Amino acid sequence: MNPHNKSTEELKQIASQVRRDIVRMVHAVNSGHPGGSLGCTDYLVSLYFKVMNYSTDFKMDGQGEDLFFLSNGHISPVFYSTLARAGFFEVSELATFRKLNSRLQGHPATEEGLPGIRVASGSLGQGLSVAIGAALAKKLNNDPSLVYVLMGDGELDEGQVWEAIMYAPHNKVDNIIATVDLNGQQIDGSTEEVLSHGDLRKKFEAFGWHVLEADGNNFETLLPALDEAKAATGKGKPVLMLMNTEMGFGVDFMMGSHKWHGVAPNDEQLQVALQQLAVEAASDY
Amino acid sequence: MKEYSYSEKKDTRSGFGAGLLELGRTNPNVVALCADLVGSLKMGDFIKENPERFFQIGIAEANMMGIAAGLTIGGKIPFTGTFANFSTGRVYDQIRQSIAYSGKNVKICASHAGLTLGEDGATHQILEDIGMMKMLPHMTVINPCDYNQTKAATIAIADYEGPVYLRFGRPVIPVFTPADQKFEIGKAVMLNEGTDVSIFATGHLVWKAILAGHILAEKGINAEIINIHTIKPLDEAAVLASVAKTKCVVSAEEHNRLGGLGDSIAQLLVRNTPLPMEYVATDDTFGESGTPDQLMEKYGLTENDIVAAAERVIARKNQ
Repeated sequence: MNPHNKSTEELKQIASQVRRDIVRMVHAVNSGHPGGSLGCTDYLVSLYFKVMNYSTDFKMDGQGEDLFFLSNGHISPVFYSTLARAGFFEVSELATFRKLNSRLQGHPATEEGLPGIRVASGSLGQGLSVAIGAALAKKLNNDPSLVYVLMGDGELDEGQVWEAIMYAPHNKVDNIIATVDLNGQQIDGSTEEVLSHGDLRKKFEAFGWHVLEADGNNFETLLPALDEAKAATGKGKPVLMLMNTEMGFGVDFMMGSHKWHGVAPNDEQLQVALQQLAVEAASDY
Repeated sequence: MKEYSYSEKKDTRSGFGAGLLELGRTNPNVVALCADLVGSLKMGDFIKENPERFFQIGIAEANMMGIAAGLTIGGKIPFTGTFANFSTGRVYDQIRQSIAYSGKNVKICASHAGLTLGEDGATHQILEDIGMMKMLPHMTVINPCDYNQTKAATIAIADYEGPVYLRFGRPVIPVFTPADQKFEIGKAVMLNEGTDVSIFATGHLVWKAILAGHILAEKGINAEIINIHTIKPLDEAAVLASVAKTKCVVSAEEHNRLGGLGDSIAQLLVRNTPLPMEYVATDDTFGESGTPDQLMEKYGLTENDIVAAAERVIARKNQ
């Protein structure tokens, strides 16, 4: 059971609040990664406020719960805000992001014991393997719940990802839903320019995955896609969602450019962003 | 010099295989992973009895480390198996982030460490693994000395919560530790009490240290010989107590002088009681093809090298 089970209208409000958190967090420390965070906000909000079955009383083993792993750890702002808003820790703690002695490290970590985080990520390409391991443990434990993992598209440059992509179908790890955030951008330019991926649907299908596509910035289609993904589990194949998003979604001057991958807004830009991210009853930390 | 006898020679990797088999029978949370080296790691018996608890990963060590980290989240105790080179250098970042920094209860079990891998040559003879692993926060580093101790160590690390690097090897060597000797992580084992020089040895060099002790005894030198099977955490009390008597030190290991057991001991001495010390180790070099014995001789890792080092360090002490 999802502890929130929000309506689509409520999800939109929560997503705007999370986006406000993201731009305020990176602005406050003049560092961090707003672009990918804003693009993946609707996905994370969907998982934590509608789709996943879990408890906010965090236990590392997550027995009987759906688990989420963030492989592209640099989009930690969206992860932290979503976890806080979902009830894993106080929203006020978001003010400590990237500061000394904080549990909210630049990239997600377990070292400081932040509830909701099960593995460190940041060095790219490792999350899918970890998620597969967690999914295999669930099978051994006869635990029917699911494992979700999010990767960036630039992250697919990493060789380890392809080791994992080959492993999961061969071993029928069919209790995992992996999502690739297709925003088409990475630090040095577009994914097409830096290292083109070709036809990812065909590639994943050739490896033996069940592939579906989704618009990651539209709840009306994203939620049904997540339902479809869930329905595709348990049938002998791992499930992959190719999720199209717009980097910087929700803030017009950040959208569609790799330039906002790892740059914080200045004071003026923050105000413009917050105006665009209006929430009926904003509750900024 | 205390006498140590043995009735057979065995490889330490077989001690790992035997320990894993026993764990399969006694600990339902133990699972094993291998990167296409089941026979070399002696994992076959465990797999035969526990096929559902074994994961063949293929030649994909990075993925293996990540999957192992994930398995711990569901309460499993994964033992990964491949050669020491592919267990460490190849996957350093995966171990660093997904296992050590994440505090995951993974047991990284590494065979064919060091020169004694032999004819395959330097690509496979890692001599830097202890250094890499001991530098990682949270990581425990163990290098047992014979079949019995490797079996006991394998069993012991399952009961310890946290990442462990367990290093063992390929050659058959004397089995001289008692089969029923309890393995205590971080607790050095006194092999011979002496007064003239402290010899701290690990892994395959422990038996050679015993041989060296006999040669030294014939020369009238009374060597204290201690088996440091756990390089991290180092049994600092045992080392300091020994050097308080002997006032000079020899370290012996099948590893690069840079970053190995010797460096850990030297650091301890510098911080407490600086004393003359000599290293028996490889000297910032790669290995090469050859038989294990030829390689140990060429690279200075025999009992005679330990004897020479002991004589040098005693002379320095007496200057």
